[in-house]
Amino acid sequence: MSKRIDVKDLNVYYGNFLAVQDVSINIEPRSVTAFIGPSGCGKSTFLRTLNRMHEVLPGARVEGEVLLDGENLYGPGVDPVTVRSHVGMVFQRPNPFPTMSIRDNVLAGVKLNNKRISKSDADDLVERSLTGANLWKEVRDRLDKPGSGLSGGQQQRLCIARAIAVSPEVILMDEPCSALDPISTLAIEDLIEELKSDYTVVIVTHNMQQAARVSDKTAFFNIAGTGKPGRLIEYADTPVIFSNPAEQATEDYVSGRFG
Amino acid sequence: MLDTTSALSRPGSLLTKNRLPRYTPWIVLAAALILGAALSALIGFSVTSFAIFTAVLFVLGGTVVTWIVEGRRHAVDRLATNLVCGAFLLALLPLVSVIFTVLVRGLPGLSPDFLLTSMGGMTGAVDNATTDNGTAVLGGAYHGIVGTLLITFWATVISVPVGLLAAVYLVEYSRGGTLSRAITFFVDVMTGIPSIVAGLFAAAFFGLVFGPGTRTGFVAAVALSVLMIPVVVRSTEEMLKIVPNELREASYALGVRKWRTILKVVVPTAISGIASGVTLAIARVIGETAPLLVTAGFVNTINFNAFAGWMSTLPTFIYRQLMSPTSPTNTDPSTQRAWAAALILIVMVMLLNLGARLIARIFAPRTSR
Amino acid sequence: MSSKSITGEGGAGRAGDKIFSGITVTAGCLILFVLFCVAVFLMWQALPTFMADPADISGGGGFGRYILPLVIGTVIAALIALLIATPVGIGVALFISHYAPRRLAQGLGYLVDLLAAIPSVVYGAWGMTVLAPALVGPYNWLAENAGWIPIFAGPASQTGKTMLTAGIVLSVMVLPIITSLTREIFLQTPKLHEEAALAMGATRWEMIRMAVFPFARPGVISAVMLGLGRALGETMAVALVLSSGGLIASLIRPGNQTIAAEIALNFPEAFGLRLSELIAAGLVLFLITLAVNVVARWIISRHKEFSGAN
Repeated sequence: MSKRIDVKDLNVYYGNFLAVQDVSINIEPRSVTAFIGPSGCGKSTFLRTLNRMHEVLPGARVEGEVLLDGENLYGPGVDPVTVRSHVGMVFQRPNPFPTMSIRDNVLAGVKLNNKRISKSDADDLVERSLTGANLWKEVRDRLDKPGSGLSGGQQQRLCIARAIAVSPEVILMDEPCSALDPISTLAIEDLIEELKSDYTVVIVTHNMQQAARVSDKTAFFNIAGTGKPGRLIEYADTPVIFSNPAEQATEDYVSGRFG
Repeated sequence: MLDTTSALSRPGSLLTKNRLPRYTPWIVLAAALILGAALSALIGFSVTSFAIFTAVLFVLGGTVVTWIVEGRRHAVDRLATNLVCGAFLLALLPLVSVIFTVLVRGLPGLSPDFLLTSMGGMTGAVDNATTDNGTAVLGGAYHGIVGTLLITFWATVISVPVGLLAAVYLVEYSRGGTLSRAITFFVDVMTGIPSIVAGLFAAAFFGLVFGPGTRTGFVAAVALSVLMIPVVVRSTEEMLKIVPNELREASYALGVRKWRTILKVVVPTAISGIASGVTLAIARVIGETAPLLVTAGFVNTINFNAFAGWMSTLPTFIYRQLMSPTSPTNTDPSTQRAWAAALILIVMVMLLNLGARLIARIFAPRTSR
Repeated sequence: MSSKSITGEGGAGRAGDKIFSGITVTAGCLILFVLFCVAVFLMWQALPTFMADPADISGGGGFGRYILPLVIGTVIAALIALLIATPVGIGVALFISHYAPRRLAQGLGYLVDLLAAIPSVVYGAWGMTVLAPALVGPYNWLAENAGWIPIFAGPASQTGKTMLTAGIVLSVMVLPIITSLTREIFLQTPKLHEEAALAMGATRWEMIRMAVFPFARPGVISAVMLGLGRALGETMAVALVLSSGGLIASLIRPGNQTIAAEIALNFPEAFGLRLSELIAAGLVLFLITLAVNVVARWIISRHKEFSGAN
């Protein structure tokens, strides 16, 4: 199910402003990759280019290639909508659809696309996705209640269930725990560890301990100053980044000297 | 300086010096009431003059007393407070008076017969006989109720899709270009079009296309939708804007197309607000009179066809009954019918307003934890 | 599922996006088109009036002579309405935003909004049957004691159906517009400014003058302008309340007329050139209110850019 991602010489622009410059990175399937770096360094922007979500913002465009198992996401004839059903995303703040029940939230990707699905298949998919998101036991008695009635951590796991219900190959997570309390954060981190066996997981985080705990490889992004583009400074196995980085800037950042 | 602490602990000094006690306004009010009554009695007592004298004396007295004890700044503050509260009470006067009048004059004329008969066959002679014999007033507003409902229905059918889609364009598709700014600007301008001008437009348009003097319920519906569309656009726009962007992104991230996202995520999230906005827009046009006078005409008989023939509505019914009573010599039956129709109309509008609030509350997304 | 490619599908889905966005753009353009039509059709139907021999126009002095008293009457009625409604409306808005107890404020706001819910014809009926007779006494008193002022020159109308009565009814109808808009703006006053003023020892009124009014001034002006737009175009209150006639200075005698009421009273029986005349009058009214509204909106939008609010 999971696919590899290869990014070649990617530049991201907002209008004429170069936000992220010259990123090349290879992300292995069945792994967790963490993006770390100070605020505004372009790591979230870069993450969003991996499923073309940046195009939602007016004026955003990219140069370069993002290959999903060799297929260019930005090739001619590629529909961003299709890309997003292969590369799912979980956001900073949990955002279940307020008009839908828990069950409908999980089925949202299927139902909103008007795909027909039998009731038994739907029940099966709901159970599978919620189990995959470690939420099934907590909500199986109240699947018809609104998703917004859950706690923050449960809502975020519901969003993950919703993302895996469309069976993507890659799951992108944009600071998925920054709006959650420590206990919910722990639950999500455990879940990320389990998701690794089926999906390629890419996570943006501000929390270096979190990156150290959950990721196999870590990429450090930085900017030279305000108005300058963000760049990928160093990309290596997580233990290397945190104990023996090659770059001075990385060491300064992970040792807490700035950022 | 030495005795500061003792001064603070003693009541009635430093911090409370030169302050009037809390009950002062009541004393001033009592004095104003007595003096007001006296002055009013001098020129021949009436409730109106009593109220005016009392109000003026209360405001003046409060200011003067405060000035003497607390100084100029506090006197100005007291004056402003009294004037602001007075403005509010003054604004309530017409509201209370209108509702009281409509109830008192409208209730006697309200009966099942009034609701279910038209003015067909009603002549001045009938009203004269009614007055002479002292029997119940005949005739009713059934044709007006039918017309009002039909015309409002067609106006809604035209306005809601156009207004809704235009608002979707403004919020979801436009990216601040010239077209969207032009639409926003002219929608604002449209909210200011005098209703009679909207009526003239519809009359002129249909007159040019279908021949002069074309007056049907549908022409009136077109006139009303000119007034209704901007209201629908504005309220829908506001409601779509407050749908969090995160929901759109969540939907896009699931690989859902934009138009499906709008129809299945954005609009359902905002539907309670949109529905209540539409209801308020209906409430606004249902009481319109001027555009109906020039587009639908008025008749005494029932017309169920909005596309042919003149059509009466409740507002025009009220207007005609007041301006040209059925019997010029005995106007009381007509006046009674007008007020009964006004009561029905107000009840309709109030129900719509109430309905809008209920819709907003009942269909609001349940976000409670 | 996992073997599916990212290319190749989606053609049909894309069409849905194109069609839907096309429909919404069409709806938006339709609004512009309607407004354009309003202007064009009114002009087209009004054209005969401007081509006709001045002697054939009502009054026999050409369209200018016909419309001028109506324009003046319209402006007088609207000005009376604003003179009353502006101070009262601002007072009511202040009462709800800064004076009333918090728990009551919202309910009181609804109460004032109810004024806007009452249909104009009901206001007209109320003005005609309740307010006008009640004002006969005061008018007589004014004519006796203040008759030397031209606007109060007697003999006062014995039905009370005068310009002043119409203006008062209009002011009641304009009041909720001014109140609801200014209330919103008063409530938006930055709390920090208010608290800074209070911390300096200002009384409540001084705080309002120092912090609330400067912030709200452009908004209040545009609210008054929008109220003016409404007062200029309001028909029924005047048609029912005013016993119309030629232009006179006195506001407590029968006389004067507004454009909207002139159209409403005469349109049902009009045909031919008279119809065209009335439509031309409507066009003039349209242009006047358009100008007022454009200025009001312009003030609002300029203020928005200035304050940085969206």
